[in-house]
Amino acid sequence: MSDALTLGTDLLEASVRFATPLALASLGECVSERAGVINIGLEGAIICGALGATVAAGAVGVGLGFAAGALAGVAIAAVFALFTVWMRADQIITGTAITLLAAGLTGTLYRSTFGASGVALSTPTIGATAVPGISALPLLGASFFNQPVITYLVYVLAPLVTWWMFRTHAGLGLRAIGERPEAAIAAGVSPRLTQTLAVLFAGAMAGLAGATLVLAQAGTFVEGMSSGRGFIAIAIVVLGRWHPMGVLGASLLFGAAQSLDTVFQSMGWREVPYQLFLAIPYLMTLVVLALASARARAPAALGQKELAEK
Amino acid sequence: MIRALVQTLVLLAVALATLVLLLVATGHAPAPALTAMANGAFGSSYALLSATPVRAIPLALAGLAVAIAFRAGILNVGAEGQLLVGATAAACIAALVSTHPGVPAVVVIVVMLSAGTLAGGLWAGIAAWLRTRFGVLEVISTIMLNFLALYLVGYLVRGPLQEPTRMNPQSPTLPEALHLPVLVEGSRLHAGLLLAIGLAVLAWWWLRNTASGFRLRAVGGNARAAASAGRVNVPRVVAGAFLTSGALAGVAGAVQYTGVTYAMYENFSPGYGYKAIAVALLARLNPLGVLVAALLFGALEAGANAMERDAGVPNVVVSVVEAALILLVVAADRWQARAGAQATTTVRA
Amino acid sequence: MTAAGVPSPVSPLPLPLPLLSMEGITRRFGPTLALDNASLVVRPGTVHAVLGENGAGKTTLLRLAFGMLQPDAGMLRWRGEPTTVASPSDALRRGIGMVHQHFTLVPAMTVAENVALGERGMYDPARAAARVRDVARRAGLAVDPEARVSALAVGAQQRCEIVKALARDVELLILDEPTAVLAPQEAAELLAWTRAYADAGHAVVLITHKLRDALGVADDVTVLRRGRTVLTTAARAVTEADLADAMIGGEAEKAEKAEPEERAIVEAEMASGVAHRSSAPGPVVLSARGVRARDGRGVERLRGVTLEVRAGEIVGIAAVEGAGQQELLRVLARRLAPDSGVVASPDTIGFIPEDRHHDALVLDAPLYENVALRDVAARRGRMTWAAFRGETRRIIAAYDVRTPGESISARSLSGGNQQKLVLGRELAGAPAAIVAENPSRGLDFRATAAVHASLRAARDGGAAVVVYSSDLDELLLLADRIFAMHDGTLAETARDRETVGRAMLGGAA
Repeated sequence: MSDALTLGTDLLEASVRFATPLALASLGECVSERAGVINIGLEGAIICGALGATVAAGAVGVGLGFAAGALAGVAIAAVFALFTVWMRADQIITGTAITLLAAGLTGTLYRSTFGASGVALSTPTIGATAVPGISALPLLGASFFNQPVITYLVYVLAPLVTWWMFRTHAGLGLRAIGERPEAAIAAGVSPRLTQTLAVLFAGAMAGLAGATLVLAQAGTFVEGMSSGRGFIAIAIVVLGRWHPMGVLGASLLFGAAQSLDTVFQSMGWREVPYQLFLAIPYLMTLVVLALASARARAPAALGQKELAEK
Repeated sequence: MIRALVQTLVLLAVALATLVLLLVATGHAPAPALTAMANGAFGSSYALLSATPVRAIPLALAGLAVAIAFRAGILNVGAEGQLLVGATAAACIAALVSTHPGVPAVVVIVVMLSAGTLAGGLWAGIAAWLRTRFGVLEVISTIMLNFLALYLVGYLVRGPLQEPTRMNPQSPTLPEALHLPVLVEGSRLHAGLLLAIGLAVLAWWWLRNTASGFRLRAVGGNARAAASAGRVNVPRVVAGAFLTSGALAGVAGAVQYTGVTYAMYENFSPGYGYKAIAVALLARLNPLGVLVAALLFGALEAGANAMERDAGVPNVVVSVVEAALILLVVAADRWQARAGAQATTTVRA
Repeated sequence: MTAAGVPSPVSPLPLPLPLLSMEGITRRFGPTLALDNASLVVRPGTVHAVLGENGAGKTTLLRLAFGMLQPDAGMLRWRGEPTTVASPSDALRRGIGMVHQHFTLVPAMTVAENVALGERGMYDPARAAARVRDVARRAGLAVDPEARVSALAVGAQQRCEIVKALARDVELLILDEPTAVLAPQEAAELLAWTRAYADAGHAVVLITHKLRDALGVADDVTVLRRGRTVLTTAARAVTEADLADAMIGGEAEKAEKAEPEERAIVEAEMASGVAHRSSAPGPVVLSARGVRARDGRGVERLRGVTLEVRAGEIVGIAAVEGAGQQELLRVLARRLAPDSGVVASPDTIGFIPEDRHHDALVLDAPLYENVALRDVAARRGRMTWAAFRGETRRIIAAYDVRTPGESISARSLSGGNQQKLVLGRELAGAPAAIVAENPSRGLDFRATAAVHASLRAARDGGAAVVVYSSDLDELLLLADRIFAMHDGTLAETARDRETVGRAMLGGAA
């Protein structure tokens, strides 16, 4: 019985750990997509955040490392915003370019600065901070509330973003831009300002996700360590039906799928084809996409290049 | 045509200037690095016959896939997954054949390539079906399918398709008899080049001169008008274009497997499917232009590897150049569109 | 207490200060002069009708007042003060609201959310709904704040738009062609509402091209013609004929601007009836019997429609927005498969859809490819581009399409020339049947006359023609027989304005 409990706690703890960077990036993408901008360059913002965090954490400490990660994410997202929001270039094409750009830049800078790959750079990391009281509770307490501080930021941000999106006029304006830009413009909402801020927010969140990979998990920078999380975030936003709380749940599901691999290995079950488990959330996303009711559809103007500026 | 070429050359120059800036910023002397790059791309018979063109082949085939899809208004970002599935299908055929010796090699090669084509098309077909049946944005579905393809490969090369010693997560090595023929003795240049050229010319001619090619372009230009004025069955054209696109990406994977890697493994594609978007875009979605753009990208990649080997510059720097090229093309197009829109502003009263 | 800019209370005020005055307003779009020294003075407590033909500059002038555009020259005064209205939100802050012809609502949001759009701070759904209820009650408009806009009918959406403006405490409400989308009954209600609203001390600007609306409800009338203000007067002082003359221009000007043949067409059109069918119609070419069909969203729009169109006649369809005419035209043109019923149509049909940008042309493709687009689904094998270029050149010549050549993109043609190209394409090869939907929408006087002439020529050449127009006057001018459509059913009516109008509303034909 206690074995099962331990396994369950480990599994949940690992799920939350894997889910944290995913949730950070997806919350940002959720806001961006609600404003009508799909950013498949998020992958690039994550890796930039990871490198920014690595450099800053080594020089000035972990806390500023997270800030630097967010800033690096904002910087690369600013390029994306310049092209998609200000020049109205295609979002998918620009996103692809941004991902390439970030991979090239981070790889070049890292290898040029810290020598050829292989020389691992070790950074300080933040450990788990148990929340007094709650973390003592079996299973849920021990898994959800025995995590690095950055995870608790996710717990706070998801409801906060929900509140902002549905209970402030700014949030209303953001959703209107994503649904029917002409209407929002007529009401005096600035599409450029709104979309730029949304894209930059998504960049900051993706940068934080990258910082989390380094400063709360790996303790080092590895080229390509974002390993597709920027694209996973897009799946998570769909599965979460473009709602911040849904995004939180979907992140946990993707985190759980990723954690199974680790757990199976620790249990010595080497024959289990964990790739199939990894595939499950993507299949679910496709099914959700296909069966989604009208209410859970993507924002009507998602990916729309031109704002009807008549 | 000439203007586009001149413009592309200007953009290329700006992209290379970006590279020089980045080299200086990271403390590399630009001159030796660029020399190494040029040598790696064009400076020897190896570079000219192997390094550059061999890298260009998968980019050309996948670039055609992207160009066809984009021409039809389909944002297929799933060439990566379709390519992986195509290569996997070819590897599966190879595994099946290994238990049936005696089948002529030519037949096996043709069947492998056909299987890759078919598998890529079917994989894209899922996204096509989701779009036409449920209205699912293909951008999102093809990203999902890329992951699914990756996990499928990961599973197969550790399971049913793993090499006999079960040491490495990869498929058995393809016997030499089943390799794509090499075109020039002593080089690595394989017959995939001819396939890429042939398909590019065919695609160009088809889009330009046939009714079905015109329907595809019309649907991409304005699907509603194609349906209303042309009575075109838009879902059918979209599905057809999507399948064709997937098939081209699939054959790119099968060609790479039978012509270069001879084995299937998880990191089979270093992002060919994504770079193909850059190639197609740089070519302005023109199939013949795709050949040129793919060669350019092949040269860049070959040059970057030489630059790393001979001048100590990280080869990933080439991604920055590629990204800069895409962004420059996009910026130039937007600039032109804006200039054009200003000239034809119509009055609404 | 006297703030700067407010006239001193001791000075005599012979007239109420105008709320809005625009003087010497000029605005260009590229080479086109949209407004040329135009003026407009709106007094508080009045309904002010701004009249003019399509393209006269009505909407542009009021868009300037609403801050959507900036004038190249001229002075705008708001309550006597020279003012620059920088943006729509600036206009709303000052008390100027505008309801556009195409609604600017977010379909996925509720009425209350739409009304609150553009404000700052926190959003409380309950309070927002209460506010909408309050504004709507005071204004005497029925809206449900919690309803999702996508579920509302056109009239309710328009009320939502008006409430949106009123919630900002506007003193001047600009309505751009508000009755165009409404059924006559709803339109009458809306006009009565504007009267009551102005009587309560506010001001309303009514942009319209309907003389009846203007004279029925307005205190003052301003007429624009080709960007100039040609008449400003009290509504009491003029007749419909006066206004029509002002809108169209005096005889002298008409003669000066119109080509002789075009003038003949216009005069023929004016003398209603002359342009109608002279010979007896031929056999039935196009027919529908008991047809039922749905729109793209699955809503049944045709509920058993029967119609026969003969060779050599123009059948006009009169209907308010959403009565099923879109589906009927597409079923007849074989662009939409009916759920049940029998449709008999010839192999060659010309189809002229209302929205040429979305439904008829590939804007970035050259003209000859746009010509080749027609029925391309049936084509096999190779495209014979040389032949299509030739055909395009013939269309350009025959329909007077103003273009440097057949290889330029459709986007670079003006709206009228685009429509002439579409007409030429669809009428090429003398199709046995022609289906046209609002064929003159957005076109100027001359282009409209050319479109009408082409349709009549096709009719006289033996084609069966079906025309829908949202402009009843155009239909009365053009059609040999008129059917009124109401809520998915169709009935033939007498060819007079009142009968057709009643039938469109579902009254006895």
